[in-house]
Amino acid sequence: MQIIKILFKNAFRHKLRTGLTILSITIALLAFGLLRTVINAWYSGVEASSAYRLVTRNAVSIIFPLPLSYKDRIRQVDGVSGVSWGNWFGGVYIDEKNFFANFAVDAKSYFDLYREYTIPDDQKAAFFRDRKGFVAGRKLAERFGWKIGDTIVLKGTIFPGNWEFVMRAIYRGREANADETVFMFHWDYLNESLKKTAPTRADQVGFYMIGVKDPGRAVSISESIDALFKNSFAETITETEKAFTLGFVAMSDTIITAIQLVSFVVIVIILAVVANTVAMSVRERTNEYAVFKTLGFGGWRIVGLILGESVVITMMGCAVGIAATYPASAAFGKAMGAYFPVFNVEAETIVLDIVFSLVVGVLAAVIPVYRTLKMKIADGLRMIE
Amino acid sequence: MDAGTIVSIHKLCKSYHRGDQTIPVLSDISFDIAEGEFLALMGPSGSGKSTLLNLIAGIDQPDSGSIVIGDVDVTTLTETELAKWRALNVGFIFQFYNLIPVLTAFENVELPLLLTPLSRSERKAHVEMALRVVGLADRMDHYPSQLSGGQEQRVAIARAIVTDPTILVADEPTGDLDRKSAEEIMDLMDRLNGESKKTIIMVTHDPRAAKKAHVIRHLDKGILTNADHQDTL
Repeated sequence: MQIIKILFKNAFRHKLRTGLTILSITIALLAFGLLRTVINAWYSGVEASSAYRLVTRNAVSIIFPLPLSYKDRIRQVDGVSGVSWGNWFGGVYIDEKNFFANFAVDAKSYFDLYREYTIPDDQKAAFFRDRKGFVAGRKLAERFGWKIGDTIVLKGTIFPGNWEFVMRAIYRGREANADETVFMFHWDYLNESLKKTAPTRADQVGFYMIGVKDPGRAVSISESIDALFKNSFAETITETEKAFTLGFVAMSDTIITAIQLVSFVVIVIILAVVANTVAMSVRERTNEYAVFKTLGFGGWRIVGLILGESVVITMMGCAVGIAATYPASAAFGKAMGAYFPVFNVEAETIVLDIVFSLVVGVLAAVIPVYRTLKMKIADGLRMIE
Repeated sequence: MDAGTIVSIHKLCKSYHRGDQTIPVLSDISFDIAEGEFLALMGPSGSGKSTLLNLIAGIDQPDSGSIVIGDVDVTTLTETELAKWRALNVGFIFQFYNLIPVLTAFENVELPLLLTPLSRSERKAHVEMALRVVGLADRMDHYPSQLSGGQEQRVAIARAIVTDPTILVADEPTGDLDRKSAEEIMDLMDRLNGESKKTIIMVTHDPRAAKKAHVIRHLDKGILTNADHQDTL
């Protein structure tokens, strides 16, 4: 017989109580895992950013455009390897609840810069040929059941009217954290339409994406670009793609902090639940621990028995919680796909689950261990006599 | 300590404190126990007999005085040293058996051996031997709840003897048993004393149980009154 066997036998002496405790740990870790995954999903765009790309926007605000003519001057800056541009289109597909990101981009230069997106050659060629064509991410196409050749209509909000597009290609990400929910069409299609319907808005772009040869020179290149347009009617701010994306995420900083706080509160709650279970179990078995001490089980062995039992309970809850996190996050990610394009449980979350479970198991046992060690054997034996 | 003496108690005092009050429990106790002796400690409730037994067994500490067992003064040992000493030298038999309910008879008896360097197969041999001695070799896979009170106490005795301790201490070993079971337990203890020459120190209220002892010592209000031998009863 081994001590481990005693730990498990003790842990499951009150099956209902232990089962409910494990269930509460499971639910708490599930909540923790999902909350952490939501936070990670929020930052996924930042993580997926490339160090080889810069973004230039209007210095006043992203909502103000920049002249298309800037592209040629930016291209001249030393260290720039390529320039693309685009506009946030903000179109609505059938209903506003069908939200997804949609951009007008200069397709060829865009996909030269975004090598992490892959498109079959034939589809890419078809997309480049068709001025009304669009490319959608795999997840977006699956969400609406779009197939190559399908015609869809977006209702413009920033650019009024019903805009008709033909699906020509589906892109996939090379990495697991790639966003596969974006809709992109030709900037020229938008611009040519604007020339007819709103000429003052034509030849204006929302932002430039700029490729750099050496990420180490990103700061100096950014300064050079911004210096080009200093004192112009549309001054620029150029920053790394990561900083640009982080700027968007920072707008939700308070919410993210609140979610982080809640995820840690969940851990404190399970600490209270497990501590209560362990304290009850140990108190009920005071005389048994007195017997163990009488038989010669020393302090460390008593610590091991109580601590081990606590850790057995928390780690079982942890194992079930982790096992449940994957299908739960998959279902959550599917339901919230429009808002969280990337919703993957990260290894860091699982490590945190395990670490917190261990810490909870240890902390929950501290007071029962202390009391048992301080208990006089004769007093403990008297508990039933 | 005289030759043949296994326990020597000298000027032992113990009191309990309740608030500002000091309640003396044992006063100036001195006596010896010979190796292989079967001693019964008797006395009314609150006379201090269980306290004296706990002190001899090293699970409580006196205010003053000494208890030398073998060649060790147990009153000078630290908690950790006492735990190790108890594991090797003392076998305990409790009134309410104090078996661990989630462990089988075999596993309960094996508990003290987990503290020894014995291998698994050696432990198994010792446990089977101890259970055979108490007549429960066929019940080793039973849990305490599947045993009668007398059988539980026999498992407890097997647990007490499995390490071949220097002394056996028993606190009211028949106190929770019917008359027949109590007689069986006392016969078993008598046999352990007679055949295995185990030194037994037993606290009891039961005169029938005390009859098995060689020597009976009476305690009254913490004072040792006299020593009776079996033939004086």
